[in-house]
Amino acid sequence: MSNPVQSGGTVIIAQDRCKGCELCIPACPPRVLSMSTEKNALGYYFPELAEGCTGCTACHLVCPDYVFEVYRLLPPQPSQSQTSAVQ
Amino acid sequence: MNVAATVPPPNSVKRSPFGTKLLLSEDHPLCPGCGHPVALRVILEVLEELSLVGRSVGIFGHGCSAMMIGQMDVDLNLSLHGRAPATATGVKRMLPDRAVFTMQGDGDMVSEGLAEVLHTAARSEKITCFLLNNGVFGDTGGHMTAASVIGQRTKTDLTGRKAEEHGYPIPISKLVASLDGVSYVARASVHNAAGITQAKRFVRKAFEHQMQRTGFSLVEILTMCPTGWVSKTADGPAYMMETLGQQMGLGELKDSLAAG
Repeated sequence: MSNPVQSGGTVIIAQDRCKGCELCIPACPPRVLSMSTEKNALGYYFPELAEGCTGCTACHLVCPDYVFEVYRLLPPQPSQSQTSAVQ
Repeated sequence: MNVAATVPPPNSVKRSPFGTKLLLSEDHPLCPGCGHPVALRVILEVLEELSLVGRSVGIFGHGCSAMMIGQMDVDLNLSLHGRAPATATGVKRMLPDRAVFTMQGDGDMVSEGLAEVLHTAARSEKITCFLLNNGVFGDTGGHMTAASVIGQRTKTDLTGRKAEEHGYPIPISKLVASLDGVSYVARASVHNAAGITQAKRFVRKAFEHQMQRTGFSLVEILTMCPTGWVSKTADGPAYMMETLGQQMGLGELKDSLAAG
């Protein structure tokens, strides 16, 4: 139970759908999103996630292109730590 | 380094999907930085949360607000320019148990169909109108509408709307709120996460007013149109709050349930 959680959340970024509007960059409270240096298939830069996501869903709220799917990571359970990867 | 997940991580709970369950596809043809998809998602989420899926009918006007009608799992009708409130009146009178809402841009509601929405509001039809107000005719190139505010840049007036040349904008929410048959009027904005949460609260209240049959309800949602405003996509929310947001203000203009 005392294992510290590396970060509270994470996101899946549908980068092929992103149109590079950059609205998510200032919307992110912990400031862990930044724009990529390469372009996606549509020709736009897309956001990339750095360590420190809290799973707050602010990026999901502001994104006009529905690019973010947000997950909140649960603290690891000692009894399930062996099998949690299967899930 | 990009540490974003590519598959759902183990031992986690999903806090939000990409879009909502009522969106059949998340791909859409709207411009980068557009505020309409955000407002649309908010409305669809409220329909789900109030269990109105399957007993709601949406009437769409013409313009960018109707770009996504092909991918929504909601009963829809595409109405003539500005005539959505009139069509919604007919639907609601025939199917009074349904949640009937219209979705219109400001060009559609204020410029093309001002008479329809005012008469519908005055008749106290038990419908909810959503106005996605970005101050431009986005679909036809970004020219000025009757709702463009003073100083706001559009494709046809790059130095901003001037009162001596173009006159003054029509404050539709204020007009509608002054009518007796109107139950709920509010103005929200999708400029940031807090604004979107507020917009969702207003949308939910508007539907609750309709289901309690207290009268006409209107929620005006300010949306970004960086293409029409000739601004950078990332500057869209700030420019919107400098122009539309500052001159019109956000909040509830009328709430008959709270007053009574």
